[in-house]
Amino acid sequence: MNRNRGRNLRSLWRSGVDHLATGLAILATILVVAPLIAIFFYLVYKGASSLNWAFFNQIPKPEGEVGGGMANAIVGSAVVLLVASLFGIPIGIGGGIYLAEFGRGTKLANAVRFTADVLNGVPSIVMGIAAFSLIVVPMHHYSALAGGVALGIMMIPTVTRTTEEMLLMVPHSVREAALGLGVPNWRSVLSITLKTASPGVITGCMLAFARVAGETAPLLFTALGNQFWSVSLNHEISALPLQIYNYAISPYDDQHRQAWAGSLVLIALIVIAVSLVRFVTSRGTLKGAS
Amino acid sequence: MTDLRMPNPVAAPSRSRAEERNDSSATDAPVGSVSGEVSAVRGYLLSRGNSAGSDRFFAGAMLLCALAIFALVALIAVELMTQSRLSWHAFGFSFFYKFNVDPITHLPLFWDPVNGVFYALPFIYGTLVTSLVALCIAVPLAIGLAVFLTEMCPLWMRAPLSFFTELLAAIPSVVYGLWAIFILVPLLREHINPVLMAIFTEPGLTHLLGWTGLFGDNGLFGGVNLGLGLLCGGVILAIMILPIIASLTREVMRSVPNSQREAALALGATRWEMIRMAVLRNARIGIVGSVILGLGRALGETMAVAMVIGNSPEIHLSLLSMGHSMASVIANEFSEATSDMHRSALIEVGLALFLVTIVVNAFARILVWAVTRGAPARVQ
Repeated sequence: MNRNRGRNLRSLWRSGVDHLATGLAILATILVVAPLIAIFFYLVYKGASSLNWAFFNQIPKPEGEVGGGMANAIVGSAVVLLVASLFGIPIGIGGGIYLAEFGRGTKLANAVRFTADVLNGVPSIVMGIAAFSLIVVPMHHYSALAGGVALGIMMIPTVTRTTEEMLLMVPHSVREAALGLGVPNWRSVLSITLKTASPGVITGCMLAFARVAGETAPLLFTALGNQFWSVSLNHEISALPLQIYNYAISPYDDQHRQAWAGSLVLIALIVIAVSLVRFVTSRGTLKGAS
Repeated sequence: MTDLRMPNPVAAPSRSRAEERNDSSATDAPVGSVSGEVSAVRGYLLSRGNSAGSDRFFAGAMLLCALAIFALVALIAVELMTQSRLSWHAFGFSFFYKFNVDPITHLPLFWDPVNGVFYALPFIYGTLVTSLVALCIAVPLAIGLAVFLTEMCPLWMRAPLSFFTELLAAIPSVVYGLWAIFILVPLLREHINPVLMAIFTEPGLTHLLGWTGLFGDNGLFGGVNLGLGLLCGGVILAIMILPIIASLTREVMRSVPNSQREAALALGATRWEMIRMAVLRNARIGIVGSVILGLGRALGETMAVAMVIGNSPEIHLSLLSMGHSMASVIANEFSEATSDMHRSALIEVGLALFLVTIVVNAFARILVWAVTRGAPARVQ
């Protein structure tokens, strides 16, 4: 009898702990998702109410004046990101091809893979210092080129690792079929393997692009920012995240408004990139595989 | 007619080349290796023929791309070291722990670019404290989220929830900073900090636990409540590293084989007992790894912290006080640094940050790798 009651109490206690743990996990989920929803909706609300045409086709007004826009920052971001992509994506894909096709299982490949992971973890501000001392110091002035290279270096590890993973998923039979038909190896890698894996590789590139598109820290002392039109690689250039940062810490209400609008545009660009990736990859990754 | 003719121009040369290779392999290759491994035959075949030169060139180019990653990391390290030589020679190791005493106020003086005083202690302190606060907030939430997503969540909720957390990771840090300045800082100042201050300066508690030094007016939540400061930096960091820790923890938990779960359930465990005994225990090293990876991210995070931490190179115990982190001081002062010594000292701070994050990340990678290495292939 006594023993029975003890067992009942014990099972009550156990199911109580079980319910408590479930409740805590649900609470944690709510606590994580709630700020996100708050951030997201507040951003959309503030950004949408501050967007206007002037934002897209005017350059900034002098400090303290109302109006103006971020046209130069949008174009500047495009220029810097173009430089970054041209620098980072070919090297990244090349590294991925080496890891998957030529260096498979070698010590060198493991070392490269590890280095890429390390590079992935280097803080973006350190990348800014590196680009500063590699490009800005020898050239004696800030430039869009330096900003682009800083972002390009940050793209490399992501592109390399996703390219490698996607190439490894291509079945051997595809490669062997190409080689069996007498296609030279380089051609088979480029036109057969890489092409089969292309949805995944493009995903990797877009993810890397989305990641660096919002980076501010590496641009602070490489691209520096610019209040006027500039598309030259040789001069200071403005970028969307830089402009948001400058406006966010400024004392003027109108600049705060534009910072919210800029954030909305930036997030929209990134979300479009990410969901484009989801769309492309959901249409059947690796048609050759499996 | 055209259908028949089309393949010919393509097929003919390739067939002849293939035959060529077959012949050469038949005559030259040792017979044993043919039956053995495929890659040796392929390697031999690829070393012959018209395209061997271009193949070798292509392989070399790809190798060069891979080596470029090495070169970049080495270049960054070397460049940081040469650029910070000036401050290294001037201060040596004392850069990281010493400080001057202000002759008038008798307070410690760490960082005064005008008078050429450069000691990095407050930045190290700020980075450690904000990261610690971030981990204390983020780790329980992230593990709770991961447990919910892998073990409890109804299937229809899983995809939208994981998409949401991925979205959280995609928001740029400058936008988090903007949100923190206009929403989080007022929220902390008006609602959360007063509560914490009331608890930590409550006379009874202060009397009881005063010996810890964490309570009272000079304790963890003493001083002036401005909203900005170390606590705010920690909270925004927590929001930023949550998705990383949560997604990696999920990954590690998913690699726990289902048979472990089933065994625990078959022994009569409740769901929580199953999670504790089968999932969390098997995944604990991987979870530690993902937490350390989140720490690596928190240490290097710049913009959001720089916007809310208050930017003053001082050390106070209170989490409400203004501070400075290693990354935020570089972001704030680098482009305005006029003297060579100032710039060099900032680069030395960057070098320290670089080395610390490399060590932290390498450690975390090894832990995560150690766990997921033996995992069976997931069937999805």
